Amino acid sequence: MFQSIDFGLLALNSPGWGGALLAGFWRSIQLAAGGYALGIVIGILGAVAKLYGGRVSRDLAEIYTMTIRAVPELVLMLIFYYAGTDLLNRLMGLFGAGGIDVNGLAAGILVIGLVQGGYTTEVIRAAILAVPRGQIEAAHSFGMSPMRVMRRITLPAMLPHAIPGMANLWMIATKDTALLAVIGFSELTLVTKQAAAATREYFLFFIAAGLLYLILTLGSNVVLRLFERHARRGMVAPR
Amino acid sequence: MPDMDTITPLRPATGAQLLAGLRGLLMPHRLIMLALALTGLAAMVTQMDWSWLPAYLPRLWGGLLTTLWMLAGSVILGFALALPLGVVQVIGPRPLRWLASGFCTVVRGTPLLLQLWLLYYGLGSLFAAYPVIRETWAWPYLREAWPYGLLALTISFAAYEGEVMRGAFAGVPNGELEAARAFGMSPRKVFFRVWLPRAVHRALPVLTGEIILQLKSTPLIATIAVADLYAIVTRVRQATLLTYEPLLLLAGIYLCLSAILTIALRWLEGRMPSGG
Amino acid sequence: MTRILAALAVATGLATPAMAEVMKVGVSAEPYPPFYTPDASGEWTGWEVDFMHEMCARIGEECEVTPIAWEGIIPALNTGKIDMIVGSMSITPARAEQISFSDKYYDTPTGLIVAKGSKYGNSPEALEGAIIGAQSGSIQQVYAEKYYGDVAGQIRVYQTLDEELQDLAAGRLDAVIGDALAMDPFINSDQGQACCEYLGAVQNDPDVLGYGVGVGLRKDDTELLGRMNAAIAEIRTDGTYAKLAEPWFNIDIYGE
Repeated sequence: MFQSIDFGLLALNSPGWGGALLAGFWRSIQLAAGGYALGIVIGILGAVAKLYGGRVSRDLAEIYTMTIRAVPELVLMLIFYYAGTDLLNRLMGLFGAGGIDVNGLAAGILVIGLVQGGYTTEVIRAAILAVPRGQIEAAHSFGMSPMRVMRRITLPAMLPHAIPGMANLWMIATKDTALLAVIGFSELTLVTKQAAAATREYFLFFIAAGLLYLILTLGSNVVLRLFERHARRGMVAPR
Repeated sequence: MPDMDTITPLRPATGAQLLAGLRGLLMPHRLIMLALALTGLAAMVTQMDWSWLPAYLPRLWGGLLTTLWMLAGSVILGFALALPLGVVQVIGPRPLRWLASGFCTVVRGTPLLLQLWLLYYGLGSLFAAYPVIRETWAWPYLREAWPYGLLALTISFAAYEGEVMRGAFAGVPNGELEAARAFGMSPRKVFFRVWLPRAVHRALPVLTGEIILQLKSTPLIATIAVADLYAIVTRVRQATLLTYEPLLLLAGIYLCLSAILTIALRWLEGRMPSGG
Repeated sequence: MTRILAALAVATGLATPAMAEVMKVGVSAEPYPPFYTPDASGEWTGWEVDFMHEMCARIGEECEVTPIAWEGIIPALNTGKIDMIVGSMSITPARAEQISFSDKYYDTPTGLIVAKGSKYGNSPEALEGAIIGAQSGSIQQVYAEKYYGDVAGQIRVYQTLDEELQDLAAGRLDAVIGDALAMDPFINSDQGQACCEYLGAVQNDPDVLGYGVGVGLRKDDTELLGRMNAAIAEIRTDGTYAKLAEPWFNIDIYGE
């Protein structure tokens, strides 16, 4: 069967599916990057709530992370997909702002970001805890405002501790975008399945898509390692 | 570097944390939150449409069993595969080492959904193309969808756990192995009596988290027509055309499953002899 | 605050104001040839896509195909992700409780395919022990569960009809219940001719199999409903219907 594979099907222009595959790949990257960035915002808020928040916000953050870690991503994504934009629209309606039409990309980013946020919260919380207390106390005693301590001291100082966990989360984000195929997003995995079904060349397309994912994960691995070296400069080597 | 060893923060809450949480529930603000949550739950029960639930209970139960079988099967088989994958990466000859680490990298670098579809649609239709295979005893199984789901879940678990086991094998202090050799144990004996049990013991805490992550991966097999819990709830969604109720029930069931699994695994871990 | 958020969302291109918008027309993300299917360049093509554009042109709206997983397409309509469904959705009493339907714009029987020379036949009794494939969320799935649920060996639920037909050809299914028109290209293909045979339409049950295919709309969109019905009637009477169907089908697909 392998000798009969028609690699022309991967050509960039129709009837080749290469262009569609690459467009799906680009969509996957956008979804992963957007979701990852949103996850970081949620993660910082969540970690701050857990470490410095009042009792209620601490508990709410705890419930959020616990739910995210216990329920399958696929189920969470479906709930967020319907509830997220539905609630947003109702909220906007309540304030008289009129309906907002959230497009597919934004909905996907929202869904990935909400899932990622749960994990990011834990990574950042652990990283902040790894910053020596004295550094933060010193900043406070210089009369810096809490916001400024956060911005100038805590966040930069926790960065090297957060990088391994954050790098891992990036890998998870790229792979989680594939789950959006089940909801019907035209990202790489769904386009691949459509191409494979249309041409009956399952191996060709699934392996091609696998290679694209590998390029993304291995490539970002290299970049992340360089970044880690940069962030760790001046620190004592681990071990 | 991104490595499964480094994702300790991803672990689910421990049993001890859960117990402490229960005790902490009696604080005033928590009582208020609990009351709010109960009100919300009551509102959900009374305001939402649950009339479909009794009719689907037997099927949901069947789906739950399928989910648990797939989880147990893939964890046991995957762990059995992970042991050689881990050992080979530490002491294996170079080609084998490359092969094992390449396998782990490829499986961990691509989405499980893609692997699942490759196996079911790609490999599965390949089998069917050869009439010889249709004559064999294996065909009734190869016709089914679940073997492909089990295979994909097993491979995925083996790859992640193989990486953990590599770290665990490499992390057993050399002194212990030297001591065992000094007692005159054969290499075989050193492996089975000292190295393997010590490595497995080191990997156990990570294993609990990995099993929860594996539970969270099982719904993907619904996409190849395996009737697991998720698939049954999907059928409910189509039959009733409700948006939220079935999904919320599903999330609730998985939440309970994760909690029960976590507590049970922590309990098991506590009963393991610490082994020195 | 909400104003700022809304403005921000619009400015960043993540959302567009609800007014002066493009109509989002939901089809299932799972291809359904010859009605709608993405081609290699990612464009959605098919008879129903052509028909949809014709309807939109007549009501003076700009329409855009929006793929959604079929299982969630009605929730997507009701939560405002899409504005209408033009995706071969049959008008059934169960669905009509959740959404409203336009008049039908085509109608097609539900049929059964089995492997060539198979022992199974076209009746519940003759399907005893068979592994039957049906598409997730389709009227055929409901039908299969109602009539074959007790006798069949297993009813396997797939995301797309195409996957069922491939599994039938591969011997992993004994029978497939599906839309006769949608299965037609497969039956007439070399692969279909070689492996399988069409047993004809199943015993009709309009309560389950519906009353033809209509445009799905939100219940409160009554004004849009009126315009769609007018457009469909116009397309029927002025001969455009036959012209649109001609490249795709060699029979009349409107039904009686």
